[in-house]
Amino acid sequence: MTSAVAQEDAPVPVAARGRRSSLTRSRIRAAWAFIAPSLIILALIAGWPLARTIWFSFTDANLNNLSDYEFIGFENYLANYDGEWLGLLTDPDWWHSVWNTVWFTLVSVSIETVLGIVVALILNAAFPGRGLMRAIILIPWAIPTIVSAKMWNWMLHDQFGVINDMLLRLGLIAAPITWTANPDTALWTVVMVDVWKTTPFMALLILAALQMLPGDIYEAAKVDGVHPVRVFFRVTLPLIKPALLVAVIFRALDSLRVFDLIYVLTANSRDTMSMSVYARQQLVDFQEVGLGSAASTLIFLIIALLVVITLAAGRVRLGEDPR
Amino acid sequence: MPRLIASLGFAAGILASTSAWAVEISISCSALGKEYEICKQGVDAWAKKTGNTVKIVSTPNSATERLALYQQLLAAGASDIDVFQIDVVWTGILADHLMDLSAKGQADIDDHLPAMVETSRVNGKLMAMPWFADAGLLYYRQDLLDKYKRPVPQTWADLTETARLIQDGERKDGRGDFWGYVWQGRAYEGLTTNALEWVASFGGGAIVDDKGDVTIENPKAAEALKAAAGWVGTITPEGVLNYTEEESRGVFQAGNAAFMRNWPYAWALAQGTDSTIKGKVGIAPLPKGGADGRNAGTLGGQLLAVSKYSKNADAATDLVLYLTGQQEQKRRAVEGSFNPTIVSLYSDADIAKANPFIGDLVDVFTNAVARPATATGQNYNKVSTEFFNAVHQVLSKRAEPAQALNRLDRDLKRIKRDGWK
Repeated sequence: MTSAVAQEDAPVPVAARGRRSSLTRSRIRAAWAFIAPSLIILALIAGWPLARTIWFSFTDANLNNLSDYEFIGFENYLANYDGEWLGLLTDPDWWHSVWNTVWFTLVSVSIETVLGIVVALILNAAFPGRGLMRAIILIPWAIPTIVSAKMWNWMLHDQFGVINDMLLRLGLIAAPITWTANPDTALWTVVMVDVWKTTPFMALLILAALQMLPGDIYEAAKVDGVHPVRVFFRVTLPLIKPALLVAVIFRALDSLRVFDLIYVLTANSRDTMSMSVYARQQLVDFQEVGLGSAASTLIFLIIALLVVITLAAGRVRLGEDPR
Repeated sequence: MPRLIASLGFAAGILASTSAWAVEISISCSALGKEYEICKQGVDAWAKKTGNTVKIVSTPNSATERLALYQQLLAAGASDIDVFQIDVVWTGILADHLMDLSAKGQADIDDHLPAMVETSRVNGKLMAMPWFADAGLLYYRQDLLDKYKRPVPQTWADLTETARLIQDGERKDGRGDFWGYVWQGRAYEGLTTNALEWVASFGGGAIVDDKGDVTIENPKAAEALKAAAGWVGTITPEGVLNYTEEESRGVFQAGNAAFMRNWPYAWALAQGTDSTIKGKVGIAPLPKGGADGRNAGTLGGQLLAVSKYSKNADAATDLVLYLTGQQEQKRRAVEGSFNPTIVSLYSDADIAKANPFIGDLVDVFTNAVARPATATGQNYNKVSTEFFNAVHQVLSKRAEPAQALNRLDRDLKRIKRDGWK
């Protein structure tokens, strides 16, 4: 848009302008022709469901009879009945689930990023059996979440779980820990399983970035006798930062939508409920398609907002770097 | 041209008449354990008798997932499944999509357990037929009661004391992981059934009464929850707060608990050949709240209902009446130890011979307490969720009983705002 304006402002001969714009126009037309199929597909598989969800969030639709509903405006979000405020925005359970999700995302993505860098640095070093090691480390990521969550659920069982057994034998704990039942440990347990599962993903993305780094910088650093830790913070980290940022955003997006892990490990418990678990409960268990859609719409808005913030923060810091 | 019309008409006539003679009915049977096999034998017998064919549609094992699937199918008006196997608490939720069986079921319905019939009715109309019954039971270790010379507990206070005695004794003998009493405390429907038993046995009502009034905030309910919260960490492992039926059975069947609350299905498994406690187990009604309390097991079980969108409603209804009839329920009791809903079968000699414990259960079923599904209709899941979450908070010591019940009362009244629907 801005470039088009700039072009028009430039003192271009009338004839030349006509020729160029016809060329531009045909180029634009070709570009549209190429983009159109993917745009149509996107609109069908992403745009339409999203629009429908947003529409449903302004209705009192019920799963029991989806063809009969009324437009009720913002009542699902906030409404005043006889002086009492009701709706999603006043539901403490909803805000608790938002807090759970954000906490879970911050903690698990931070741990995964740090561990991912460590694992990637190790895998980047040349040692015998490196190829095999790289394949092995991907196993947790390759197992479907629902399977690994169920598996962990049994391993963490307080009576016959293997984790408690090992800790007891090692003498680290005196009595079995009730990992998923105790509200104080439940969310940490979910974080632990998530870290186990997705650190390989982080490591893989960071490893790919590490492989792209030019070797001569490191040679120069070695010749100059710079301490490896200093090399990591002054050379490696700034260089892999763009890739790291992408990986963090990918993971954050994923964990903001976390559902299966929490649902399998702790079911509908309020203490560990995430935003997606809340939305599913409203939609399916309570058949409140309207309210559930309102929750889904808010999830969409919250995630979009957080991504924009993250991107902006990343860009600002990137801009400061060159000095 | 007339010939063409005539032949078309003839063809249509053949199609119509064959479909009147023999139709295909789809039924959703649960596929848990033996259920599929037993269901298949039953529908095959009907198919042979009537000349129709029956297709069994497998559905998810998890009850919540199954309900969600049913809702999606029915909300879309799909005729894919004619006969639905539904849980006793789903009648109100699904009623809009089910066929009224009042006229055809009238003749047989009085033979069934009244509590089961109650769960099949919505606004006085019979929307489903009872198929088999379930209720919460107390499982105990006969060998341990003998060892410590204790009777089967009659009240919860007895149970607490006996469980503590056995637990202390067994632990002194070096069994550090032995517990007194295990049950289902995970935040899910199972906790609603457990907690309703405590509350009802203390005389604290059934959350919402028949008229639809919220009754849960009362001193007896608070007393019941206080007793249960006192078990956690003393005679009950703290992990019970995330146990479902299978986890608690795991602990009990491994020989690590003196008492267990569970459904009748656990009996056959506890007495199985690979069970460590085979021959050492007994069952009894769940204890009373106190001397003036009552025995209360929460009523469970399954019903059969016909979809309103079925294209072969008559044949489907006939199948339902056959499967819920005397002959088939008897066969299911003998071969699959499913508890019949027809009262007279509890004194049946063949059933008593095949599964002696079924006869003892008739009192449990007649005294069973029903969840408030009929009164709350489509809102039942919300009511149940609020209830089990409130109870879970009390059990994990994050709220005092009175305080939790006060909040629950407010939340339930908020859900009820414009009536239960």
